[in-house]
Order: sequence, then structure tokens, then C-alpha cells
Amino acid sequence: MRPVRTALAGALLGTLLLAGCGQDGGTTTASAPTTAPASPSGDFPVTVEAGNGKVTIAKKPQRIVSLSATHTETLFAIGAGPQVVAVDDQSNHPPEAPKTDLSGFKPNVEAIVAQKPDLVIVSDDQDQVVAELGKVNVPVLLQPAATKLDEAYEEIAELGAATGNKAKADEVVAGMKTAIDGLAAQAPKDKQLTYYHELDTTPYAATSKTFIGQIYGLFGLTNIADKAPDAAGGYPKLSAEFVAQADPDLIFLADVKCCQQSKDTLAKRPGWKNLSAIENDQVIQLDDDIASRWGPRVVELAEAIGAAVSKAGTS
Amino acid sequence: MVTQAGPSRARPLWVVCALGVLAVSMIAALLDGAADISPWQVVLQVVDWLPFFQVDSGLAPVEQGLLFELRLPRVLVAAVVGGLLAMAGAGYQGVFRNPLADPYLLGAAAGAGLAATAAIVLLPATTGSIPVAAFLGAVGGVLLAYTLGNTAGRAGGTATLVLAGVAVTSFLTAIQTFVQQFKVEELQRIYSWILGDVGGGWDQLWLVLPYAAVSAVLLLLHGRMLDVLSVGDEEATSLGLRAGRVRLMVLLAASLATAAAVAVSGLIGFVGIVVPHVVRRIAGGSYRIVLPLSLIGGAAFLVLADLVARTVIAPAELPIGVVTMFVGAPFFVVVLRMTRRAAT
Repeated sequence: MRPVRTALAGALLGTLLLAGCGQDGGTTTASAPTTAPASPSGDFPVTVEAGNGKVTIAKKPQRIVSLSATHTETLFAIGAGPQVVAVDDQSNHPPEAPKTDLSGFKPNVEAIVAQKPDLVIVSDDQDQVVAELGKVNVPVLLQPAATKLDEAYEEIAELGAATGNKAKADEVVAGMKTAIDGLAAQAPKDKQLTYYHELDTTPYAATSKTFIGQIYGLFGLTNIADKAPDAAGGYPKLSAEFVAQADPDLIFLADVKCCQQSKDTLAKRPGWKNLSAIENDQVIQLDDDIASRWGPRVVELAEAIGAAVSKAGTS
Repeated sequence: MVTQAGPSRARPLWVVCALGVLAVSMIAALLDGAADISPWQVVLQVVDWLPFFQVDSGLAPVEQGLLFELRLPRVLVAAVVGGLLAMAGAGYQGVFRNPLADPYLLGAAAGAGLAATAAIVLLPATTGSIPVAAFLGAVGGVLLAYTLGNTAGRAGGTATLVLAGVAVTSFLTAIQTFVQQFKVEELQRIYSWILGDVGGGWDQLWLVLPYAAVSAVLLLLHGRMLDVLSVGDEEATSLGLRAGRVRLMVLLAASLATAAAVAVSGLIGFVGIVVPHVVRRIAGGSYRIVLPLSLIGGAAFLVLADLVARTVIAPAELPIGVVTMFVGAPFFVVVLRMTRRAAT
């Protein structure tokens, strides 16, 4: 758990100063307004607890660089879009995001610095990018991939605090919670449905320990990949014959955009054509991007899962 | 340096033994897997598939399907690919008179890797294009190395050829890495392909079989000539052998075998170098016995490696290339030590 520690200290200090001045007889008004939390930037400086420790941001950032597709989505959802000057080559949502050829996979520190950022957001500390940017005094926020829904919420709130959009971020989080809880509550859970979430044709799956697996868990679904030993990691390469024998009720494909997978291509795989999910038309094509990011569009993923569960529950 | 042939009358016996080992490996590989089916039911099901037999294995259609569509072809593809790689390794070692030569030496792996990566990155819609691309890439890599080796040095000079292979490998691998940087989201697929996989089903088997047959026949026919070649080019020529021509034929056949194996399975390391060595230690250095025994032994080795890959952390799988190296390397050292001790 990484609690948001918005430094309300500044505001508090301002109030104390005001109070102190007041005790002096209320004659001095000149010094007080400089620290008063009247303007929107009054929340700064702010200290955020990120993956790279406590990061203090002196004033509201105006030139944000995001090297993470998830965080780009979040920034635009919480109203920080106008502050974003550059996003990496994988950030494809929303369309108005200023996409560049910056790479989040192999970050080039010079190219990042050339954007004159006053805040850089990453989800991975590739090639010590955090330390490198630290050398040139560019504040970096490392917000690693969430493993739980609560972590995803926290990261959104933290991005809100760090960019001066706390109120909107809290609103987004509250909206997500309401929507996802509502969808999960509606799902019929008496059927004990099993599912298989495919990331790659090899086939790679995601277990319940992953972020995505936790979302499915909310809908009362049982993941066939959970039988894979811990040693295989949260994203085991499953045996095709195991998937065939497990015969999941629902198959969710997160390899639609990358690899054009569909019910038809699954049916053509050796030994899979008689799977009940294929015969009963319970193969769900997800949006690869939405199914791999832990930003605000998780709600859309939850909607897709919810719809599939209701359909399977009634058929 | 390879040692000369043992008594030739032992040859059929070795082949029979090796075939026995292969048969046991294949049966074991058919009996176990990630799906929880009892070996007895597998036996009944196999009997049921045989003509004129009808027995009830008690298996559901899905399970019958997975046995027939997944496990059986997988065992067969592993056998063919393992046999091809080991036989190609033996062939390269004979041509170069270098026991460290392996099927990937002449740029075959790098060419296949680059072409497969390009196919994954540029043609994501067609998964079927990867084997074709890998095949063309492997052939292209070898042709490039061969052309460079021949223009750079004296024609047929094997040392130059090997060095050209190293240069081509480095260069093509660099291009492959360069291409990967532009499609970060495909890294997983490229990585999976590089570590090898024999789970492609019957289609893959039909794809590889014709090439396997042609290259195996060609290589096996050249066993005696490789033996003659091993005494040195001048002696071979004085015995009436056209050394350059034999080299080229064996190179072509071994490269064809490598390309076919790579096309259906990705890059599976170590088989081509370890199996011929073990065979040589056990049955002597004559290529008339090393080539067929490598073919059979390589098949058995890869069938067992795949069995380990798909059962050791079932229902998850290990990439087969990891198993061949992880299990193969210590085994190799043990065989080296044992036979060395026996020899001294």
C-alpha cells in the first residue's frame, strides 16, 4: 500500500502564518497572500509516495512527459491532458495525446530532457531512467504496474496530487469504484463459470494473482490458469492440451489486435475445435490495450467481462 | 579429430538399439502430458486408432481430440526436428572436420531469426507465414555465409567459411535486434519463437516431412564419402573423391535439414552439437554410423526434452530450448567424462 501523502503542510503553514499575523494585530497583509492556498497551484509543493520513494514536486507541472500508456490514459482522464507535452510511442489513447517516438521500453534520457519536462511519469525503471533523470534534476514518478485494483486507484489519485488535479482524480476513482462494484454485483455468481484469459497464441495466460485476474475474480469466475505452479509466474505459458482438457466456459482473448485471434482461429488450433466455449459462442474478443492497462478504462474491461458473464449465465 | 570406424558388423545392432530407445521415448512422451489422462486410457485410445481395433478408452471427445491433435503430432514433430538437427550437426562436423560445428554455425539460425522476426513484426495477421519466413531466412543466411566465405577465401576453405558464418550471424542478429526495437509489443512472440516450440500439430509435421526425407537421404548417402574426407583432402582426391563437390552436397543437405527444423520449431539449441558427440563416443567415429545414429538419437533426445518441457511445471510449459540446454549440457559433460575415463 502506498498512501498518498499530499503535502497539505504548505497550506497548513500558510494558515498558521495568517493566524500569527492576526495575533500581531492584523495590520500586516502584505506577506500573507503569498502562501495562502487561494490559487489552484496552492497545493504545491506536494510530496507523493511513488515506486521510487517520496517525490516532491515544487509547483504545478506544466510540461509532463509520460512514458507509460496506462498513465497517459490516466493523465487525460483526470484533466491533466493540457499539461502533457509528450507521450511515448506506445501511448495510443486518447487520440489527442501528443504521441512521440520516445520509447518507454528503451528510454533515451537525452530525448526526454529535450522535451524540457518538469515531471516525467514512468511505469518501469528501464535502464535506470529514474536515476539518470535524477542527475539532471527532473522529477520522475515511477508508478509500477498495479497488481490489485486498489493499487490502480491509488496511482490515479497520486497522479492527481502530483499534477494538481486531485479533485478530478478522486472523482474519477470514485466513479470507477461505483461502476466496477455495480457491474460485479450484477454478475450471476451461482454458475461457477471457469475462464481462460489468453495473452498470446503460444498460449500465454494470466492467473488470478495478476491485476487482470483480480478483475475477473470480482465476477466470481474461476481461472483455469491458477493450476499452473507459482514458479511459472503470474503469466504462465500454458500447455495447449491442458487448456483443451480444462475446457473453460469462457475464453477471453487479449491477442485480438496483435495476432488477429478469434473464435474461428481458436477452432483451427489443433485439438481445440470441440471446446465448449467455441461451440457455445462464448469466446470474447477484448481490446488488447484495455486488457493490459490498469488505468481508468478498466471499467470498460469490467463491462465486457460483465456482459460475457451475464450472457453465459442466461444461456 | 574423429576416430576411425569400429567394426562395421556392429552397425545394424547399434541402429536397432537406438530405434528401441526412440520407441520407448515416444511411448513415454505419448503417455504423459499436462492433461490428466491415465496412461492406461492412452494405451486403449492408441489401440482404438489402429485399424481393425475398436476399444472403448472411456475418454471424452475433447480428450481424444487433444491426444490425437496435440500430443501425438507433438511427439512426432519433436522426433523429426530433433533428428534433423542432430543429423545436420553431424554433417557440418564432417564437412568442417570440426567437432564444434553445429547446425546454426553458418548463419542459419540468425537468418531464420531475422526472417521470423520480420514476419512477426510486418505480417502480424498471418501466423502461418512464420515457418515460411524462417525457412527462407535460414537458407538465405547459409547462402550469404557461403558466398562471402567463397569470395573472401579460397573456394572450399572451411575455416574461411566458418568465419564468414560468424560474421553473418552477428550482422543478421544485429538487424533482428534493431527490428525488434520498433515493435516492443511483439517481443513476447519473438522471444517465444526463439526459444523453440514443437507444439504445432499435424500441419507442422506435413510441412517438415518432405524436406526431412530429402535431406536425410542425401546426408545418409554421403556418410562413406565423409569418412574418406576425414583422412584429408589430398588423400581423398587421390582416392578419386571430388572433395569440393561432396562438401557442397553435405552443406546443402545439412542446411536444408536445419532450415526445415527451424521453420517448424524455432531455434532449439544444443541438439545438433551434443547428440553427434554422444553417438561418436558410444559407437565410434565413422560417419556411416554417426549420421544414422544421430538422426535416431536426436529424435529420442528431443522427444524426451519436450516431455520434460511440458510436464515438469504442468499445466505450465517450459520453452523446449531451455530444456535442451539445461538438461543436455550436464548430460553431455557426464558422457564426456565417462567415455574419456573408459578410453584411458
